Amino acid sequence: METKNIMIVGVGGQGTLLASKLLGRILLENGYDVKVSEVHGMSQRGGSVVTYVRYGDKVYSPIIDKGEADFVLSFELLEAARWAEYLKEGGVLLTNTQKINPMPVITGAAEYPKALEEKLTALPIRLDAMDALGLALKAGSAKAVNLVLLGRLSRYFHFTDEQWQDAIEKSVPAKFLELNKKAFALGAEA
Amino acid sequence: MKTLMLGNEAAARGLYEAGCSFVSSYPGTPSTEITECAAKYPEIYAEWAPNEKVAMEAAFGASLAGYRSFCGMKHVGLNVAADPLFTLSYTGVRGGLVIGVADDAGMHSSQNEQDSRHYAIAAKLPMLEPSDAAESLAFAKLAYEISEKFDTPVLLKMCTRVAHSQSVVEPSDRQEFTPVPYEKNIAKFVMMPACAKARHPIVEQRTLSLQAWAETAEINRVEDGTDHSIGLIASSTSYQYVKEVCGDRYPVLKLGMVNPLPVKKIQEFAKSVEKVIVVEELDGIIEAHCRAIGVQNVAGKELFGCIGEFGQNYVAEKLGMPVHSGKKLDEAIPGRPPVMCAGCPHRGLFYTLKKNKLTVLGDIGCYTLGAAAPLAAIDTTICMGASVSGLHGFNKASGEKNAAHTVAVIGDSTFMHSGVTGLINIAYNESTSTVIILDNSITGMTGHQQNPTTGFNLKGDPCTKIDLEALCHAVGIRRVRVVDPYDLAACDKAVKEELAADEPSVIISRRPCALLKYVKHPGPIEAKPEKCVGCKSCMKLGCPAISVTGGKVQIDNTLCTGCGLCRQLCHKGALGE
Repeated sequence: METKNIMIVGVGGQGTLLASKLLGRILLENGYDVKVSEVHGMSQRGGSVVTYVRYGDKVYSPIIDKGEADFVLSFELLEAARWAEYLKEGGVLLTNTQKINPMPVITGAAEYPKALEEKLTALPIRLDAMDALGLALKAGSAKAVNLVLLGRLSRYFHFTDEQWQDAIEKSVPAKFLELNKKAFALGAEA
Repeated sequence: MKTLMLGNEAAARGLYEAGCSFVSSYPGTPSTEITECAAKYPEIYAEWAPNEKVAMEAAFGASLAGYRSFCGMKHVGLNVAADPLFTLSYTGVRGGLVIGVADDAGMHSSQNEQDSRHYAIAAKLPMLEPSDAAESLAFAKLAYEISEKFDTPVLLKMCTRVAHSQSVVEPSDRQEFTPVPYEKNIAKFVMMPACAKARHPIVEQRTLSLQAWAETAEINRVEDGTDHSIGLIASSTSYQYVKEVCGDRYPVLKLGMVNPLPVKKIQEFAKSVEKVIVVEELDGIIEAHCRAIGVQNVAGKELFGCIGEFGQNYVAEKLGMPVHSGKKLDEAIPGRPPVMCAGCPHRGLFYTLKKNKLTVLGDIGCYTLGAAAPLAAIDTTICMGASVSGLHGFNKASGEKNAAHTVAVIGDSTFMHSGVTGLINIAYNESTSTVIILDNSITGMTGHQQNPTTGFNLKGDPCTKIDLEALCHAVGIRRVRVVDPYDLAACDKAVKEELAADEPSVIISRRPCALLKYVKHPGPIEAKPEKCVGCKSCMKLGCPAISVTGGKVQIDNTLCTGCGLCRQLCHKGALGE
């Protein structure tokens, strides 16, 4: 099969690396060749972060380029807008509607664009926007945004619930397991 | 069993499987995880050294004692370790010695994008370059075989996209290495002129032997294609982009060893195709080699620049293949640069420097972010330690008038790395410099590594803690004081008094990194918008948790740690009691 591309984007510190770790695990266990490319170091400090997850029969490049992504899983609305260009036509932009102001907006040097959701619907992609932060808080912690979004993403895949549960168990610390499972379920049902 | 591993994690697995038993490194993105992962194997002794030179020399010592050893660093770290590197090429090894160096094309987390292959050529050392995690593991093991067979240190070159990409590996068991018994050998290991003169021809002969090995080595392989109008030569991540774009269309010479490069193999490959295109990030080293060995039909840097990292679209465009593109919003998207974290202890100190309009020579670490707006408090960032030594030169050259409003800022780990030698120069050559050590009790930028000032070693065990105050006193600085960067009045007083002093001084701005797990925070500050007059004094801190909307202050409770800096700036009581 042709290589499929998932980008996970957000703001440094939002837990994007856990999402890519979990996805990489479930894809590998389903027999795919997998590459997951991360960014460490300086850009993690509250900057715009991106992780690439690629899978298929044989994956070469570790990164995803413009117009190649099947999915962009975005933890924040502005980041969804920033990386939308990486989607191929008909690709899915699954985004949290949460807004986190970047420093240029905080200092007044720039404005947070208005009505982004509406504008994104004009692109030749499928927009799937949700209040992942609200559901994460319902599950018990703002930090569970990643599992809410993964739950929603799971609806686009044919993996069984058992496989997802197994991947969650192997990826999150035992003491946060119930919280994360609840967040995943809320995302999947939303 | 197949598993996903980061390139760096796989390289560490390779060290483990090869029977490596000694690792000494200094952290640096994107190399850090090799050593962190190696430290998880009980069979490997692993440590953070104060800097890369010390790490390499320690690894040499372990090799001299007959053990397989490793040291890891980022590309600029190899500059620091270049001194032992060039002479270890002459002495060779006893137990295998592998030197990991990770380049950062695209400068994701670096101050330059130098190409480490130049060091392999200059020091006449073999360099292996893996293109994914499986090769990182395999090449780490192969590097030890080459090291011992050819009596040479071997460079294992990573890059960001290999080091920080997970791909599939199949680990195997560790093969214990039988240490080589120590024997004194003055001719081989004492590099005084007479001995070194005898060693240099051995080095040249070794390069020829390695070149002969490179001709038939499996890691330099030709993957045939259906269209021989073009033949591509690539290594590392460039190979992945080439295969992504071209599949099996064009023949590819995939190089696993980038120094020394084969001659006949490349000449024969060139003869089998109409035109050779070398796809290599950064400098045109393979291309220059092709020309030097008489390959006429070669192109490289005329198509691909020497700046930044590649990607499949870039490679496709340059090779005249179809390029993917997507639709973007017709809207300006504000950038999201990295920022100092909410609660960062550096913020209070930088606010003080900015307020006093000081010239600030900066250094390498999280605190480099102090150069970003709105603080914009840093004037220079060059390399590890350059703040302290640069300050001395600045002050000596321009006189006391400038010294009174110029400081150096340097982190605890960076100070131990190479700041202390600059401080010795300040004391010895007597400049009235003021050095500020930003002691956040951890190596922050690279992800919380221990260092000699933290009291813990790489394995997390308690160990000797270097006393910064005592160290500064010992090198001859009489004025040493500690200040809490969460106390703005104290910071201001300390900076003003030390700048006014007619002798060198050190201010230690001490408060652990806000992200450390053991640090307890008081919790978010309660904003009282009804008291806010919209003066935006609090906004001068550049704290990501504070914003002013509709003329009233707001606090982001998910970010705010309650450090209290903003409260000290608010005279209206709009930020808590």
